[in-house]
Amino acid sequence: MAEIRVEQLHKAFADFVAVKDSSFTVRDGEFFCLLGPSGCGKTTTLRMIAGLELPTSGNIFLGAEDVTFKRASGRDIAFVFQLFALYPHMSVRKNIAFPLLSQGTPRAEIDRKVEEAARILRITHLLNKSVSGLSGGDRQRVALGRAIVRQPLAFMMDEPLGALDSEFRELMCDELRGLHDRLHATTVYVTHDQMEAMAMADTIAVMNQGVIEQLGDPQEVYERPASVFVAEFIGSPAMNFLPFDMGLSVGTQRIALEGNDIAVPALREEVSQRKLLCGVRPEHVRFDTLSRLRAEVLGTEYLGTSQIVSLITAAGNLLRAKVPAGERAQRGDHVGLVFDPATISLFDKTSGGALRTAMYDEPIAAVAAHG
Amino acid sequence: MAEVSLRGVNKKFGSVQAVSNIDLEVASGEFIVLLGPSGAGKTTTLRLIAGLETPDTGTVHIGKRDVTRVAPALRDVTFVFQQYSLYPHLNVFDNMAFPLRSPMRRTPEAEIQRKVTEIATMLRMEDKLMSPATRLSGGQMQRVAIGRALVRNPAVYLMDEPLSSLDAKLRNDMRLELKRIQQDLGATMVYVTHDQIEAMTMANRVGVLEQGVLVQLGSPQDIYENPCSSYVASRLGSPRINLIPRKIMGKFAAPAEVETIGARAEHIRLQADATATSSVKGAIKRSEQLSDQHLVHLALDGFDGPDVVTVVPPGRSYQIGQQVSLEMVRPLWFDRDGQRIYER
Repeated sequence: MAEIRVEQLHKAFADFVAVKDSSFTVRDGEFFCLLGPSGCGKTTTLRMIAGLELPTSGNIFLGAEDVTFKRASGRDIAFVFQLFALYPHMSVRKNIAFPLLSQGTPRAEIDRKVEEAARILRITHLLNKSVSGLSGGDRQRVALGRAIVRQPLAFMMDEPLGALDSEFRELMCDELRGLHDRLHATTVYVTHDQMEAMAMADTIAVMNQGVIEQLGDPQEVYERPASVFVAEFIGSPAMNFLPFDMGLSVGTQRIALEGNDIAVPALREEVSQRKLLCGVRPEHVRFDTLSRLRAEVLGTEYLGTSQIVSLITAAGNLLRAKVPAGERAQRGDHVGLVFDPATISLFDKTSGGALRTAMYDEPIAAVAAHG
Repeated sequence: MAEVSLRGVNKKFGSVQAVSNIDLEVASGEFIVLLGPSGAGKTTTLRLIAGLETPDTGTVHIGKRDVTRVAPALRDVTFVFQQYSLYPHLNVFDNMAFPLRSPMRRTPEAEIQRKVTEIATMLRMEDKLMSPATRLSGGQMQRVAIGRALVRNPAVYLMDEPLSSLDAKLRNDMRLELKRIQQDLGATMVYVTHDQIEAMTMANRVGVLEQGVLVQLGSPQDIYENPCSSYVASRLGSPRINLIPRKIMGKFAAPAEVETIGARAEHIRLQADATATSSVKGAIKRSEQLSDQHLVHLALDGFDGPDVVTVVPPGRSYQIGQQVSLEMVRPLWFDRDGQRIYER
């Protein structure tokens, strides 16, 4: 296994810039997720690492070796695609063995490695079956088997679960992460599904329009989003953004929201008068009849132990609260709102960037944000 | 009054029993969601109501009328498919007006104007009425497809995964919107999905299907808190309910036929002290921050099945490999076939 280092990677297709000067390091044995909406450059980044696409500029290192211009077949990387292309006329065993057969590996070694891969994936009982009769999940396991049997330096996975239905995707997430914990293989995983990234990744790179907006572990990107884009993309339902307009000085701990005084983490930078956003996660909104920040309930959505309540404030801002299912809220009810002050993020509305506040004082882990 | 009723409906395709002896009464103004994985028979059930399939045995009533052998067009239903099919050469208005202009229900133009504008406003599409259908985003197209169903005033609206082709954010918004519109119109809806969140958040009642059989029908809360089998329990709730074999639990107070214990992630308490009272022990495998939930995955001693997943309170942290014991709150009991055993 090996570390992957990407330096100033840039890719332009004619006058469209797909990836803009990206730099990051995937540590040896790390599960690294490239996350973002379609068109953000995540797949292009992955394809450059794999050698399926050449960068316009920048460098890619696999371990100590500069592989930037090396052919894909010379990179010792295994690629798993969304649509698992298996050979339908071959058995599971043959399908998994295929990469080794084409490398001319001795027979006994092939048998040993295929058995080992099947054991890790828990598909030993399927080895002599034909792939054409398999379920979607088992086919995906066979495709993974074909990737791990080669014992490559790293795995590249491009939305491998995208074609599965939601219930099954959740199961496969656990399985893939479990597999990773057994193999400790350096993995770069591309997805547009924040749930997959949050569930599996050690590190997430959130991409938007070719740029990595934030790089961090799941907790960090969730609790301390570096931008409005990241805050909105991660978490379901998304973070609420309430607009306000004021100048803030260093140390400020109160903001004026719809004429109400709201506590926020102490400011660590000077902000001149401008359009700002107060970001609150739905689970950090509470109801309190005494609060003067009033809202009307538009609807509720039951989720078992919790419910999502959609609200509109007196000033016409929409927001969602995630509260215990037992809490009484009905369409048309009027409620007062309270936010958990320690968790509030503040953003510059124009640039989308987060303002520095006391929330960032204590590192969750090594914070490495850029963009 | 029941707007739709299925009585003893069976449907076979070749040797596959797609729908097996289904009885279902949908009340007027009710939002029923049929939930199940692919192949459970939910779409076939919907198609039987629409008349796109004919039952082998049993009857379908819409309103008071037996429509079992009545053609789809004469059934007073509308159908929204997963894949929106709009007329590409028409604008949004004409697409939505299309059903009202059909020779079968000729509607005065002023009435069409009023109805389309009203529904477009509900769907927040009123400023897009003159746009060509091809200029719309996927989400907007699906809203037009839903709008086309809503301009009519049928006895029942049938929807087959209408939100599944939308991206996550839009799906979140549309769920509530669709529910609001359904309430405002007082519409009777039968809605098919494999997405448990849609089922829980939109339905008055959820019908859970398993291999063509309607195994449980009840309010979302009912199904979540009181599932009749481990299959139903696994359909709702994320993370999924933990199913733990009784035999690894040591002494466990439950009737003899109980073979599996079901415990939802939020109903397991961890005690770091390995000498605690509970006899169920395990080791922390990994922890996971899933949005607002902090989840911990455990490998139970003596159990090589899937990880047990629990929600831990904020601020609590555990080391990988740490030994803990598990206390269960309100566990559910299931027999060897997964059927629920109720506390006596």
